[in-house]
Amino acid sequence: MSKRLIWRKGVNALMLTLTGVFTFIAVATLFLILGCLIYNGASSLSWNFFTKLPLSAGEEGGGMANAIVGSLEIVGMAGLIGLPVGFLAGVYLAEFEDKVFASLIRYVADLLNGIPSIVVGLLAWSLVVVPMKQFSAVAGSIALSVMLIPVVARQTEQFLREVPNSIREAALALGANKWKMIATVVVPAGSKGILTGMILGMARIAGESAPLLFTAFNNQFWNGGVTQPTASLPVMIYFRALSGYEDWHRQAWAAGLVLISAVLTANILARLVLARGVSVPRG
Amino acid sequence: MSTAPESASQPKESQAQKAAPSPVPTPDAGLKLRATNVNFFYGAFQALHGISLDMLTNRVTALIGPSGCGKSTFLRNLNRINDTIRNSRMEGQILLDNEDISGVDVTNLRRRVGMVFQRPNPFPKSIFDNIAYGLRINGMASRSDLRDKVERSLQRAALWNEVKDKLHESAYALSGGQQQRLCIARALAVDPEVLLLDEPCSALDPIATAKIEELMFTLKDQCTMVIVTHNMQQAARVADFTGFFLMGRLIEYNLTDVIFRNPAKKETEDYITGRFG
Repeated sequence: MSKRLIWRKGVNALMLTLTGVFTFIAVATLFLILGCLIYNGASSLSWNFFTKLPLSAGEEGGGMANAIVGSLEIVGMAGLIGLPVGFLAGVYLAEFEDKVFASLIRYVADLLNGIPSIVVGLLAWSLVVVPMKQFSAVAGSIALSVMLIPVVARQTEQFLREVPNSIREAALALGANKWKMIATVVVPAGSKGILTGMILGMARIAGESAPLLFTAFNNQFWNGGVTQPTASLPVMIYFRALSGYEDWHRQAWAAGLVLISAVLTANILARLVLARGVSVPRG
Repeated sequence: MSTAPESASQPKESQAQKAAPSPVPTPDAGLKLRATNVNFFYGAFQALHGISLDMLTNRVTALIGPSGCGKSTFLRNLNRINDTIRNSRMEGQILLDNEDISGVDVTNLRRRVGMVFQRPNPFPKSIFDNIAYGLRINGMASRSDLRDKVERSLQRAALWNEVKDKLHESAYALSGGQQQRLCIARALAVDPEVLLLDEPCSALDPIATAKIEELMFTLKDQCTMVIVTHNMQQAARVADFTGFFLMGRLIEYNLTDVIFRNPAKKETEDYITGRFG
C-alpha cells in the first residue's frame, strides 16, 4: 500500500469514529434524561401520585392528580383553539397562495415560532389575566395556543405541498371547484402528515412551563372551573423543584417522568401514524 | 370520411396564421369544438399563435408535434384547466356546441369535457371511490345507483373484470396501465361529451398502450376525443383527423390519412419522416 493510501484510510477511519462518537453523545442525552428521571422519580410514582391532591409543605405523600387533570385541561383547550386555526392557516398558505401576502404570513408564522415562550406568557397575561383580574386555565390555554398555531400551520402547509399537483388537476378536471378539491382530495391525501404535525405540536406545548407561570399559575386544589387558577405538571415541577423539601423534590422528579412519558408516547404515536405510509406516491 | 375536402389542405399562405386549415365537417359528423384564433401566454411567453381548429362530434382528433410545440397547452385550454396557471392568459375563442366556453360555468364545462393526463393520477382512495368521485361531487348519483354507475364506467373502460373483486382496495395497487384505464373510467363516469387525452400512453408499455387504443375505438361512438401524442403510429392508428403543431403554430390539419401520406407542408413531412422532433 502506498503511503498516500494509508493516510487516506486513516483519515477515513478517524472521521467515521468521530461522527460515531458525537452521534452517540447526541443520542445518549435522551437516555441520560430518562435514566435520571427514573432513578429519582420512579420511587415516588404510586397510585397516590395519580389520584391524590398535593399535601401542604412538610407533609409526606400526596399526589398531583389536580396537576395531571389541569395539564390535560389546559392543553386540550389550547388544542381546541390552536389546531383548527393553525390547520386552516396552513391550508391557506398551501392552496390559496398569493405570492406576496402568503410569504408575508409564512414569515410571520416563522417569527412567531421563534418567540421565547415566556414572552408568549407575558402577552397572554396582559391580554387575558389583567382584564379578568385573575389567573385562569383559559389564559394558559390561550398562551399555549399561540405557540401551537404556527407549528400546526407550517406542518399543514408542508404536507399539503407534498401532495402532487397531478391529483389536484384530476379533481378540477372532473368538475370540482377549488374548495371541494381541497376538502375531498388534497387534505385527505395529506392527512397523515397533518395529523402527525398536530400530535407533535400538542406534545410540545404540553411540556411548556414558562407560558403558564403567570397565566394559569398554580393551584393546590382542584380548580373551580376554567376561569380559575389551575395547576399543571410543568408548573408544579417548577415550584416543587424550588422548594426546600426532599419529598417535594422527589415528587418533582416523578412529575417530570410522567410528563416525558406522555410526550414520548405522543411522539411514538405520531411516528406510527406516519409510518403507515405517505398516502400518495411522489412524482 | 375518405373524401378529404381538397380546399382544406390548400390554405392561402398569407392567412395560414389567422385561419389555419380546418376540415369541413363531413355530413355524418357535426361540429363539437371550434377554436378560433387562439393565442396563449405564459407570462410574457407566447405559447400558442393563432390556433384555429375544428373538432368533429364522435371523431378522434390527434395533435402531434415535437416537445414544447404547444399541443398540450392547446388541449388544456379546451377544458380551461390552464386557468389554474398563474400569469397565464388566453386570447381568441373556443366554442363547445356553439357556446363560448369562457362564458360557461367552469365546473360544468369540465364535467362535460373530461380529461385524462399523461401520467396515471388516481386519487389516494379506493378503486370504487376514484370512480364515484365525479358522480358524488356533481351530485349525479343517488346512493342506490352509485354502484351501478361505477360498475358501468369500469366496464366502459374495460377494467371491470380485472377489479371487480377488489373495488375497495387502493387504486395504487393497480399496475400503471390499469391505473390509466381507471383514470379513463373515472373521467367517463360523469358522462363527458368530450374526452381530452394528454399523451395517455406515454408512461405505459406497448400492451397497456394497445388496450387504451382499443378502448378509444369502442368509445368513439359515445364521445368526441382529442388526443395529444408523441407517438405518430398511435395518431395514425386511432385518429380520424390529425393536426401538426410546431413552435406554437398549427402547421397543418387534415384527415389523418392525408397528413401521413400526402402532407401539404414541408415541416409536416420532415416531422413524420423523422427528420426532426
